[in-house]
Amino acid sequence: MSAPLLQVRDLATHFFMREGVAKAVDGVSFELGQGEILGLVGESGSGKSVTGYSLLGLVDPPGRIVAGSIKLNGQELVGLPQAELRRMRGRRMAMVFQDPMTTLNPVLTVATQIKYAIGAHESVSAKAGRARAIDVLTRVGIPDAAARLDDYPHQFSGGMRQRVAIAIALLNRPDMIVADEPTTALDVSIQAQILAEMKSLVRDLGTALIWISHDLAAVSALAGRIMVMYAGRIVEYGPTAAVLRAPRHPYTRGLLDSLPMRAEPGQELAQIPGAPPSLAALPPGCPFHPRCPSADAICQTAPATTASGGRGWRCHHPLLDGAA
Amino acid sequence: MLGFLIQRLMQAAVVMLAISALVFVGVFAIGNPIDVLISPDVTQQIRLDTIARYGFDRPLWEQYLAFLNRLIHGDFGRSFVFNMPVLNLILSRLPATLELTLAAVLGATLIGVPLGMFAGYRPDGVPSRIIMAVSVLGFALPTFWIGLMLIMVFAVQLGWLPAGGRGETVHILGVEWSFLTLNGLRHLFLPALTLSLFRLALMIRLARAGMREAILSDYVKFARAQGLSEMKVVCGHVLKNISIPIVTVFGLELAATLAFAVVTETIFSWPGLGKLIIDSIQSLDRPVMVAYLVLVAFLFIMINFMVDIAYAALDPRLRAGRA
Repeated sequence: MSAPLLQVRDLATHFFMREGVAKAVDGVSFELGQGEILGLVGESGSGKSVTGYSLLGLVDPPGRIVAGSIKLNGQELVGLPQAELRRMRGRRMAMVFQDPMTTLNPVLTVATQIKYAIGAHESVSAKAGRARAIDVLTRVGIPDAAARLDDYPHQFSGGMRQRVAIAIALLNRPDMIVADEPTTALDVSIQAQILAEMKSLVRDLGTALIWISHDLAAVSALAGRIMVMYAGRIVEYGPTAAVLRAPRHPYTRGLLDSLPMRAEPGQELAQIPGAPPSLAALPPGCPFHPRCPSADAICQTAPATTASGGRGWRCHHPLLDGAA
Repeated sequence: MLGFLIQRLMQAAVVMLAISALVFVGVFAIGNPIDVLISPDVTQQIRLDTIARYGFDRPLWEQYLAFLNRLIHGDFGRSFVFNMPVLNLILSRLPATLELTLAAVLGATLIGVPLGMFAGYRPDGVPSRIIMAVSVLGFALPTFWIGLMLIMVFAVQLGWLPAGGRGETVHILGVEWSFLTLNGLRHLFLPALTLSLFRLALMIRLARAGMREAILSDYVKFARAQGLSEMKVVCGHVLKNISIPIVTVFGLELAATLAFAVVTETIFSWPGLGKLIIDSIQSLDRPVMVAYLVLVAFLFIMINFMVDIAYAALDPRLRAGRA
């Protein structure tokens, strides 16, 4: 493979709050190839959304990127002035958010919002802009796009709104889209549709996709590789099939076991005991050890990443062939 | 939309009817104007004739119906004191109050909203703290005191601006306007500033609160993710979203200032409606009081009506609810 599209090295994004420093992202490294689909999985509060925001330079105060490097097509993004980051957002990298009810501005028509998004990067005539808007809305599967263009967001259903948001993200043909749980707020049947459409869209356009989700099932249907995130760190990564078949990290195992489809009907669902730690007060060593079934004394020290054959995990007691 | 307009107009008619009854009975209760109309040493016969001529011997409901009948025909009666039709009297004073009020409320909005938005955008900066301090002063200081201080400093001490009156006026469409002459503007400045400080504080607070809420919203983050400049995010996305409360307060303040600019008009001897109503209360000039109150109610209703239409223009979700 040629040079990767995106190279993230030791990225650390911390939030400086009165109660202390929350290390939402703490030493994350990964690569993303051209047109690749990468899944980023973890519980709420594991730092996966903040990772996405960091990539686009959209971390709000009191948070900021404190260390590391993000290279897009070889260009360093960390430390880039806001004005230059702004020029890259939308054109080189875009983002889709979780809740389609709130990501579109309720008081502007879809046409206006698309016009602003195009206008942020180039000046096109009103007519050309409209044609492009209709084209991209049709592409994401909105029927009768020309007539719906002057509608307001509240006139669309949730699934249609998310399609509009995806259309806006695709508008300027970015190299990479960060999708932050874009199907979580939707009905299951709509989720499946959007997943399938998203997959074919990025394939057609050659856009790379980082799919952030807490839903392992959704990610496994989409992504070639996945990364599992816990307490601001990548605890396991690798090709999706391999990771799901034989997870090395007990946390990944726990996530897989808690999938409803893995349980016998009528049985209680498996759970990972406890809750994710506060990012401002992480336990020493491996942050997962208080919840881990195989934890012992050595887990008080931080494990290093073991890499082997395109896979990697951060654990003192990796599971063999997925055994519990 | 048309159905909505008709419905609102009918509501307005009912409210006007209720207001006219309230005002009529209220003014009826505060005293007998007959002693103002005739000198105390006239004969009993003249006194009774006068009472009969004005219809004061009739029962209350009959007087009210007669009043309503005249009202519908556009006749508000004659002022006892000025001995001229009340409508003409009020209309001759209205432009002065109108231009003072508009200057104050419009100025407060055009300056206050950007300041408030800035303060909400950068809540921790020094300029924002200064803006908020000004708004606290605007709320805390009583209007009459501000007026007196402004006269003391700018009219008495520095002598830059006149202390009262309307200055030169220009006749347009049969009414006098001061804002079209430099001299008139100089006269307008201090009273308008006095009236606007409280409204300025209000607008700053409103715009700041709206901005602080909007800037954290997902659509702002999404707009930034598309690469929109901050200027475009604020003016294109946020401004329209936060404008509903601003338009509401603008309408309410415009109507309230129009009706109750009394204190400021008195301090700056501005010949507007406020001064007229104070004079007419003191002289028990009943038709003027009644007509003034009915007119104020009418203005409130009209302004609220326009605010409602503005809502529909600003927020499509409200439009859909009425269709």
